[in-house]
Amino acid sequence: MLSKRIIPCLDVRDGKLTKGIKFKDNVDIGDPVETAKIYYEQGADEIVFYDITASHEGRSIMLKVVEKVAAQIFIPFSVGGGISSIEDMRAVLLAGAEKISINSAAVKNPSLISEGAEAFGSQCIVVGMDVLNVPVSSQIPSGYEVVIHGGRKPMGIDALWWAQEVEKLGAGEICLNSIDADGTKEGYELTLTRLIAENVRIPVIASGGAGHPEHMVEAVSKGKASAALIASIIHYGEWSIPEIKKYMHNQGVKVRLVW
Amino acid sequence: MLAIIDYKAGNLTSVKRALDYLEIPNKITASAQDILQSRGIIFPGVGAAGSAMQHLQKTHLGKVLKEAVAKDIPLLGICLGCQIILDFSEENKTHTLGLIPGKCLRFQEDLTEEDGSPINIPHMGWNQVTLKKDCLLFEGIEPEAEFYFVHSYYPAPEKEFILGTSFYGLEFCSVLGRENLWAVQFHPEKSGRPGLTLLKNFYNYVRSK
Repeated sequence: MLSKRIIPCLDVRDGKLTKGIKFKDNVDIGDPVETAKIYYEQGADEIVFYDITASHEGRSIMLKVVEKVAAQIFIPFSVGGGISSIEDMRAVLLAGAEKISINSAAVKNPSLISEGAEAFGSQCIVVGMDVLNVPVSSQIPSGYEVVIHGGRKPMGIDALWWAQEVEKLGAGEICLNSIDADGTKEGYELTLTRLIAENVRIPVIASGGAGHPEHMVEAVSKGKASAALIASIIHYGEWSIPEIKKYMHNQGVKVRLVW
Repeated sequence: MLAIIDYKAGNLTSVKRALDYLEIPNKITASAQDILQSRGIIFPGVGAAGSAMQHLQKTHLGKVLKEAVAKDIPLLGICLGCQIILDFSEENKTHTLGLIPGKCLRFQEDLTEEDGSPINIPHMGWNQVTLKKDCLLFEGIEPEAEFYFVHSYYPAPEKEFILGTSFYGLEFCSVLGRENLWAVQFHPEKSGRPGLTLLKNFYNYVRSK
């Protein structure tokens, strides 16, 4: 049986972590490669890099980061942020990433999903979805709306419809981020997670709201997610990955315990 | 030197990166001379069986691989490389290399995981391997270790060649082989320390031979 995955997410700007990561011994680290290596050694099942660099120069710095990560880390990792063409995808994959993640670009140009899947295989293509809780309407029958640009721009697209659409287009995985839950540390949006996970046949990664390992347990049990994305809960030393995995294991969740 | 077979099937560099990290001499190559003179061969690959076989036939690399195996040069197949050393693949209904008797089959959509939920295809993520026979590749690897899989088809060799199995909707063969010829369905180069140990074990065997 597959283990449920725990996936740290690192935000990178101009080749540096946007915020320094504090480990339990209070060492502050700003280097994404070094941080990723520590998480790899602590048992992360996968790592997500989210590049928020805007400039062109920054993009090539990110590729250097990807190359360095690939030379030292032997688990899958994905790169998202600013990828809007097949050429962008190819560059990131050739630099050594296992998967690429597209979000706004997929909403604006859905054929990017099918072209990416055709060129590199569905397993490479993760579609990120930012979702907002809205009143049920004929346009948004699920009550969950897709938004882009970090949640600032509602798109008038129903999240459930979009999830099934990206599956049809050839996405290999969905990273489902609840804008409402993000940053609250009160747990993942379980109703949303379950709604999407039960209505697609590709893995769903729950994102947004993790503040305690119990939230990860809920995401994969009640929420039916295949994986949980985590960020601040480990970045600021509240919990370590081994502690989280041990907690999940004790709650009966199958996680990878030997690494 | 280990020869990593270059047959335009996916990301060969991830295998190379892992070998470089382990300081194992290696070369990505499509040259018959390199392959037949190497101490050991890694046959990786992601992608579809049909186009991979077409390329192997067109370039005569398939024949070179058969010759290398006949010369008892140790070979390790990975993922697609594990599937196409069998006789036949359901993927694109392809006749494959036939180095080990057996077929490659597709996961059926109606299979369920142990908790009753329907399986997703591909089988993607971390899973365990239960050894059915001693296998030197697994020396020093804990029985609970997990490996990273990404595949929609699984190898089904004749029983005597099954070395290890995994469970995903059904029990399937994830490690197969015989002396000097092994293949794993998972990606050791993406499986953390246990995967790197497996690659190291292969190289240690190659060196001792």
